[in-house]
Amino acid sequence: MKHRRLLVLAGVVGAVALVVSLSVAAAGSKKATHAQAAAALQAPKVPNAAAIRKKYGGQKITFVGDSVGLGHVRDTKLAKRFTKDTGIKVSVVPHPAASDQSYAQLARAFSSKSSSIDVAMIDVVWPGAFAPYLVNLKPKLGKQAKLHLGSIVANDTIKGKLVAMPWFGDYGILYYRTDLLKKYGYKAPPKTWTDLFKMAKKIQDGERSSNPNFAGFVFQGNAYEGLTCNALEWIASAGGGHIIDNGKVTIDNAKARTILDAMSKQIGAITPRGVTSYQEDQTEHAFDNGDAAFARNWPYQYGIGATAGSKVKGKFNVTVLPHGAAGKSVGTVGGWQLAVSKFSKHKAATIEFVRYMTSPAVEKFDAITNSNVPTIVSVAKNKAVVKANPYLKPAIASVPRVTRPAKFLGTKYNEASKVVYQGINQILNGSSSSSVLPQIKAKLQQIMK
Amino acid sequence: MSTVATPAPVPRRRRRRRTKLQRRPTRLGWLLLVPALAVVAFVALYPLGKTVYQSFTNQEFLAGLEPTKWVGIDNYRTLWHDTIFRDTVVLTIKFTAITVGFEFVLGLIIALVVNSSFKGRGLMRAVMLVPWAIPTVVAAQMWKWMLDDTFGVVNDLGVRLHLLSHSRAWISDPATSLASVCAVDIWKTTPFVALLLLAGLQVIPNDLYEAASVDGANKLQQFWRITLPLLRPAILVTLIFRTLDALRVFDVFQVFFGYRLGAQSMAVYDQSTTVNDGHVGYGASMSVAIFLIISLFVVIYVTFMRTTEE
Repeated sequence: MKHRRLLVLAGVVGAVALVVSLSVAAAGSKKATHAQAAAALQAPKVPNAAAIRKKYGGQKITFVGDSVGLGHVRDTKLAKRFTKDTGIKVSVVPHPAASDQSYAQLARAFSSKSSSIDVAMIDVVWPGAFAPYLVNLKPKLGKQAKLHLGSIVANDTIKGKLVAMPWFGDYGILYYRTDLLKKYGYKAPPKTWTDLFKMAKKIQDGERSSNPNFAGFVFQGNAYEGLTCNALEWIASAGGGHIIDNGKVTIDNAKARTILDAMSKQIGAITPRGVTSYQEDQTEHAFDNGDAAFARNWPYQYGIGATAGSKVKGKFNVTVLPHGAAGKSVGTVGGWQLAVSKFSKHKAATIEFVRYMTSPAVEKFDAITNSNVPTIVSVAKNKAVVKANPYLKPAIASVPRVTRPAKFLGTKYNEASKVVYQGINQILNGSSSSSVLPQIKAKLQQIMK
Repeated sequence: MSTVATPAPVPRRRRRRRTKLQRRPTRLGWLLLVPALAVVAFVALYPLGKTVYQSFTNQEFLAGLEPTKWVGIDNYRTLWHDTIFRDTVVLTIKFTAITVGFEFVLGLIIALVVNSSFKGRGLMRAVMLVPWAIPTVVAAQMWKWMLDDTFGVVNDLGVRLHLLSHSRAWISDPATSLASVCAVDIWKTTPFVALLLLAGLQVIPNDLYEAASVDGANKLQQFWRITLPLLRPAILVTLIFRTLDALRVFDVFQVFFGYRLGAQSMAVYDQSTTVNDGHVGYGASMSVAIFLIISLFVVIYVTFMRTTEE
């Protein structure tokens, strides 16, 4: 009797816990409101749909797609349209939000020769590592690849094989609050990092009285891949090289030390102290919630900030990232490619899906609804696209792009990047660059041996 | 405590005579055990054996066409000099000592309270289990938000109640990161400890306390002389469970710190070495080392349990 009562109560507890965890999960899905904005535009038609249906209709493929921002909504919409037109069923699985975890997921699938993934989005730094497991797309999609940016196609071509198709190409940009700049007497966004620190401090001091949570500047400081991208921008924009240059580790130099120490001093001063555990989502959250004057993020944040319901709609703009005393503004190249697994059981049908997803019509749709950077030059110049994405204005779009040193590292890139972001995270958390950078250098040299 | 008497030595002749009769049911018994043993071998022994084997190779995740080679004890030699691994061992043991200590004391107090009879006791017992019922990853993410320095409720309350002079970044600040991760684990697991100890308390016969009262022992004496000694087996089981769990902690550390240096548990470092870096062989040697470290604790506990039982 007693035991039964306990059991019933345990059941009640379980139910309560379930409700709690569900409501926690629901709190994370506030993005649903943004999805309505994307709903306005229809997914483009699939060209030659009848011919594709005849050959491959009824086949089932799995697409490991986006999970950041509105990415999953777009993927589902495009996949539905593709299924409707061609009869090829596409199941869309969002990948883990942290790109290092997404890499591990794919590495696991490829090394076990799994056919459970037919097509996956892969980061711009992965083609070298995954090349042996990917289908050469040149015979079927070589012609379409010519429409895309040459530098990215070159990045996706390993030993003469086109192992992935460019899909969208990110780069880091600076978001700033136009209303606050005006309020505090600034006519233009900051040119140098020192400018940014000063402006952020002044705005933060002023805003704290009405909003105690206000911070001057937010970025991605957690110990993960995103911090490697941020750090590369700081170092390169200060004239401190690109971590590895011409196959030699260059990260330990005076200019790099200066900018990293300067950045470290801002932690908790003009940034939240907790920024050293921020990823993209926290950055976006802080800025779009009106809690930050400046933010470094990828272009996708523009679309979210500009939708109805955002607290900063109409109050922000974007520009190139600041630079150091001895450098020029840069943006780290991010961006995603679509790659077909060698272990797929429906390669031909999957390639048709990739053809559709990387076509000009879809890139235009994606750029307008999701504010991703098109990799097709003609789409990037399209008026409707530029109107929806101010960061494609020539002044911003022509900023020099810096690439992470993936080509020197191949399959060892992930490990090397971990060394970099762990070290930079230590510096941000208070260690001095003069003790950490030599350690990073030694470890990188060890890995490259 | 042991009530099982050692079986008297059976004369050899008698034993032999009984074999024929005994053999059939014994054989049947073994036959019935085979499926279960096969399952154990498949899910436990095979992976363990494979891990041990891999730890002597240079296997890589994405080695491409490079064949995997036998490298002897190279991985273990590297591991011995791996200062990051050493740090994770120290950190994990610190974490284990702090959390198991707090959980035990708090859990015992809670168990004693809910073991006494009062109105709404059943509800109390159910409610206290809520933290334990929430999946760890969800709980960790919840606490990460609650402890945030800009929008976290903990800082907000602390500042409003003048317990804190200003918001603190509990997780990011190295000075408080271990404390924050311990606090979450203690919050989550104390109910479990309380539940195990409660089960132990419920088998202590009530007449012992009645007799003690008649003899004039006060509550405190009853606790030290009756409750604690009779609870010993339950305490040891609880401590073994919790220590082993704490030593292989992964989720809270991973959610709170990502791969921050100096804030990785043994399991986090092992996972990132194996999966992120792709060093399957080296990661396997680390898994074996973790296995041995945990076994060491098991041996200590079990020996302790045996000596106290005798």
